[in-house]
Amino acid sequence: MSTPAVAADRLRARSRSRWRRRRTIAVLLAPWAIGFGVFFAYPLIASAYYSFTHYDLLSSPHWIGLRNYEYLFNSDPQVWSAVRNTLWLIAFMVPAQVLFALGLALLLSRARHGVGALRTIFYLPALAPIVAATLGFVYLFNPANGPVNTILGALGIEGPLWLNGASTAKPTLVLLALWSVGTTLIIFLAAVLDVPTHLLESAELDGAGPWRRFIHVTLPTISPVLLFAIVIGVIDALQYFTQAYVAAGVAQGGQAGESAKQLGYPEGATLFYPIYLYEQAFSRFNMGYASAMSILMLIVALALTMLILRNARRWVHYQGETR
Amino acid sequence: MATTAAAPPIAAEPRSRPRPQRRRRWLLVIAERSLLIVLVICFLAPFAFILLTSLMSNHQALSTDLWPHPFEPQNFVKVFEEEPVARYALNSFLYASLATLGMLVSSIPAAYALSVLKWRGRNVVMILVLTAMMLPEQVTVIPVYVLFAKLHLVGTLWPLILPNWLGDAFSIFLLRQFFLTIPSEYADAARIDGCGELRVLTSVYLRLAKPAIAAVSLFLFFACWNDFFGPLIYTGETPAHWTLSLGLSQFRTVHHVDWNLTMAATLLFMAPVIAVFFAAQKVFIEGVTLSGVKG
Repeated sequence: MSTPAVAADRLRARSRSRWRRRRTIAVLLAPWAIGFGVFFAYPLIASAYYSFTHYDLLSSPHWIGLRNYEYLFNSDPQVWSAVRNTLWLIAFMVPAQVLFALGLALLLSRARHGVGALRTIFYLPALAPIVAATLGFVYLFNPANGPVNTILGALGIEGPLWLNGASTAKPTLVLLALWSVGTTLIIFLAAVLDVPTHLLESAELDGAGPWRRFIHVTLPTISPVLLFAIVIGVIDALQYFTQAYVAAGVAQGGQAGESAKQLGYPEGATLFYPIYLYEQAFSRFNMGYASAMSILMLIVALALTMLILRNARRWVHYQGETR
Repeated sequence: MATTAAAPPIAAEPRSRPRPQRRRRWLLVIAERSLLIVLVICFLAPFAFILLTSLMSNHQALSTDLWPHPFEPQNFVKVFEEEPVARYALNSFLYASLATLGMLVSSIPAAYALSVLKWRGRNVVMILVLTAMMLPEQVTVIPVYVLFAKLHLVGTLWPLILPNWLGDAFSIFLLRQFFLTIPSEYADAARIDGCGELRVLTSVYLRLAKPAIAAVSLFLFFACWNDFFGPLIYTGETPAHWTLSLGLSQFRTVHHVDWNLTMAATLLFMAPVIAVFFAAQKVFIEGVTLSGVKG
């Protein structure tokens, strides 16, 4: 038995075990890897390809160069109002949700008794299936005989048209979003309760009032969670579909026949980008054009996420990091 | 005031606060409590009104009455006769349960490989998982639809179920977060005892990660139960395969079902979710919290 032979043996054994280890990792990851390829990587590439074609599903895609994009940016009369409506959500609905959830979390964190029960009450609406919650809201805010306007009427206030009015439809959807804010609330509440009490106490000893304690202690500590909620909120706003689709369909209800359904009822106020994309792809089967729309959406989603993350360096603090 | 500023440790003692400050404190507490009460009422009121309307006659549901008179609990039976609600519920259940089973089989191993095992390229793969989780569904939906159309699966529930059998990004992410909190000593001990990686996964991690596995299962089950966009594009034309969310959305628009029955169905749709939530509240809240911690 010479030493080199032993060493070679050991080397071979080690390479065999390394090979076995790699095989284990490959087996464990295989289902995900296939799924990622088939349902993510391939569709991204195919979307990009379809966006340069005319494709109606019946005949095979037919190359038309940049014509979809030209129509998207220059001629389509509806797409820009859809873009404006979706940007409205990002500008108003997302901040409203984040601020409301934060305020509620602070309020709950200060309650001495029954935090658990209160947390459950505020989380419940988030559990309600979106379609069910939306239907409930269409009924509640029904301008003619819904409970909300009935109560307002009893108080001597003439209720607005809510989901049936062009200027009130989006704000009513924001109310629905605030009602279902529970998930964000729970995350915020956990973060707020996690703020180290010794920091708050020493700030108080230094003479900081509640507001200064919030700004200088609580806010920096929970900033990573806040950032997470903002990013998720913006991405959810970009794909905001179900509530608007169901609300618009049900609110116009008996007024129009099935064929005369208005897109984005009332007056295009709820025509959000994903709704228009759905209409192009699955009602009119303009798969090529809808793909161009989805590529634009991808670019905007990436750009917004980058913008937020880059901006975040200025105000997000991670624990153990010195400024 | 001057003395309190000079002696902060005493000022921090609530009992020694001067009168006006104590009164302001009281007012603040009262304001906070009232605000909470108003918010609790606003959050519960929609449920109450949905319940009340579901017990009204159709005539009453179209009036401005808020209280049912007489009570008509038979609405909850009538809704099953008027629309195939049982069928919708079965479809929703099939979709959600098959998707959840497949997700567990495919996502637990992936999460294990991405947290417990250390290898080159692991972080890159993790970033890919996160990217897939973050991007809007609409970005990839068209080619996926075309793919299922070519496989002649449009009009069935399979396009909704199958993708979950090949891993769900959010579940992988959540499970990984949990696996990372399990001390590696457990795995090392099992390896010294001669366990291969698969044995370590099944005998150590599956057992320790039960709460996280319960949480991701519930989350995915409910996500499928609530899903509307998927059923709309894949089964919109085949009512036999409609899920509850799709069927319910067509109640008023297509079938002109009365409001009282619609609200009864809405309640029936919410009920199982809320019942399961109360049965497994701890799992839920911990899962939600976990998803936000190291986002």
